[in-house]
Amino acid sequence: MLILDPNLSDPDAVFAALMEAHRDLSPEQSRRLDARLVLLLANHIGDAAVIQAAIAIAGQPVSIGKSALDAHSDNEAS
Amino acid sequence: MPYASPRYAAAPPGQSGERHPVVIVGGGMVGLTAALDLARHGQPVVVLDDDDTVSIGSRAICYAKRTLEIYDRLGLGARLMDKGVVWNRGRVFFGERQVYDFDLLPEAGHRFPAFVNLQQYYLEEWLVEACHATGQVDLRWKHKVVGLTHDAAGATVSVQTPNGDYTLHADWLLAADGARSFVRETLGLPFVGKIFRDRFLIADVTMQAPFPPERWFWFDPPFHHGGSVLLHRQADQVWRIDFQLGWDADPDVERDPERVRARVRAMLGPDVAFDLEWVSIYTFRCRRLERFRHGRVLFLGDAAHQVSPFGARGGNAGVQDADNLVWKLDLVLRGAAPEALLDSYDAERVPANDENILNSTRSTDFITPKNAAARAYRDAVLELAAEFPFARSLVNSGRLSRPAVLTGSPLNTGDRDHWSGGVPPGAPAVDAPVQHNGAEDWLLRHLATGQFTQLRFEPPVVGAASPTVFVTATPCPGALHDAHGLAAARYDAQPGTTILLRPDQHVAGRWRQHDPARLRQAMETARAC
Repeated sequence: MLILDPNLSDPDAVFAALMEAHRDLSPEQSRRLDARLVLLLANHIGDAAVIQAAIAIAGQPVSIGKSALDAHSDNEAS
Repeated sequence: MPYASPRYAAAPPGQSGERHPVVIVGGGMVGLTAALDLARHGQPVVVLDDDDTVSIGSRAICYAKRTLEIYDRLGLGARLMDKGVVWNRGRVFFGERQVYDFDLLPEAGHRFPAFVNLQQYYLEEWLVEACHATGQVDLRWKHKVVGLTHDAAGATVSVQTPNGDYTLHADWLLAADGARSFVRETLGLPFVGKIFRDRFLIADVTMQAPFPPERWFWFDPPFHHGGSVLLHRQADQVWRIDFQLGWDADPDVERDPERVRARVRAMLGPDVAFDLEWVSIYTFRCRRLERFRHGRVLFLGDAAHQVSPFGARGGNAGVQDADNLVWKLDLVLRGAAPEALLDSYDAERVPANDENILNSTRSTDFITPKNAAARAYRDAVLELAAEFPFARSLVNSGRLSRPAVLTGSPLNTGDRDHWSGGVPPGAPAVDAPVQHNGAEDWLLRHLATGQFTQLRFEPPVVGAASPTVFVTATPCPGALHDAHGLAAARYDAQPGTTILLRPDQHVAGRWRQHDPARLRQAMETARAC
């Protein structure tokens, strides 16, 4: 079962660590980092059904806000 | 009716060479709080302030529960509750939609709410009145500190007034002179940290609007694309709105009232009438002094540390600085503790302020993503948060001020007994509803002012140390009745449990059974004896 309730002991520290890992990376390097991260974490999880459930949720169309890249370029312009 | 700032008469110059046990530089919120607390401990204080009024414009607005408890100890709790706007709920929006809401005070049985919003000038005005009422505070308006030397015996201060200059000697000098502290700069102390490359616009508006008293935070709303907006309600129908403008915004252009009105109108819609009360543009830093104690000069509030406004950790931290310092200074002045006790002000408040800086920095990083990857993560968190609880714990629009837990303080006596939760050494006392002589009351109101208090969960014992507060599960003369069982539950107390509370209401130690020898030892540890 994919856990969707809070499960991180220190969410802010984990988020900060991710931001730190991406600092100063080019977009290509960032994508590569994320891909490696997902593969590492997927292996840690092991259960293909859990990973499939996560892929299904992550792939849902964005229902709110805008896509990250659109919002970013908007911000740069204004 | 808009607030009219009081004008205080300039004090005549002092006598050159006059000596005082405690002089506070800066009559703002933190300096006045320290002055009032010292006076209530029976210590005479001189306060020097270069202005003749209270703070102008939009400054501290969110007073956290712990701050309200501290001001209640100082006699201002009821006033803050009467005038301030009580709120416990926050809402987070992303784009056009609410992502989630949260309740900061989810359980019943608390006297004070999570936060009260109030313009800083009201609090300062009341602090001035309360300081005068003690008869122990010599408030000197229009007395500007222009020079300072210090040594092991104290500080010599050069003061400029409209009617002449003088020097005075302070055995102890408290520097509460704000972010641009003259005292800090004169001593050449490095004030290092991080500046954030972003600009924010604060607009205080008066309006009759249907918004409830809640904290609303928008990420990338339709009325302010690409930025964030924060809305808070204050007293007198004044709302504070923060618009994130980005680093490239031109402050001079953005300050134009017509431009600000257009931004506010876009947010509120064309039908809401409002008046612009206050506009300012700010950038912010997270930084602190390496140490807050420099011999007999002690730094408090923004003079010692600065954070971003997200999380209400500036003013609340300054009030906790004063709360932490004053009882220690009082004991030292009375000869009841060695000067070394004041080193614990550093040991306790530096980590507490580092926690504020860490949280405030992380909030700022979430609100202002540094690159495309950071923005993608942030927006993904916000998208997922609408549906999945796990992502809500990652949304960071400000981790709102929590009271400092002084873990690892040299004044703590560590636990020897087994506890399942409760209030550990270093944590501030937790309030609970109790009955006093059959009437509804609150536990914290019974703690002694300016003294260590023993909190004992058992019927009154003849010959107990003074002051002791007894708490019992059934009504018992001379004890507070824990009618709802919440005091025992919150302290993980069983019959016989004894908690030693410092004058600032933080726990110094706790025991399953009352043991006079251990209590004596803990009391010495807590006074650095």
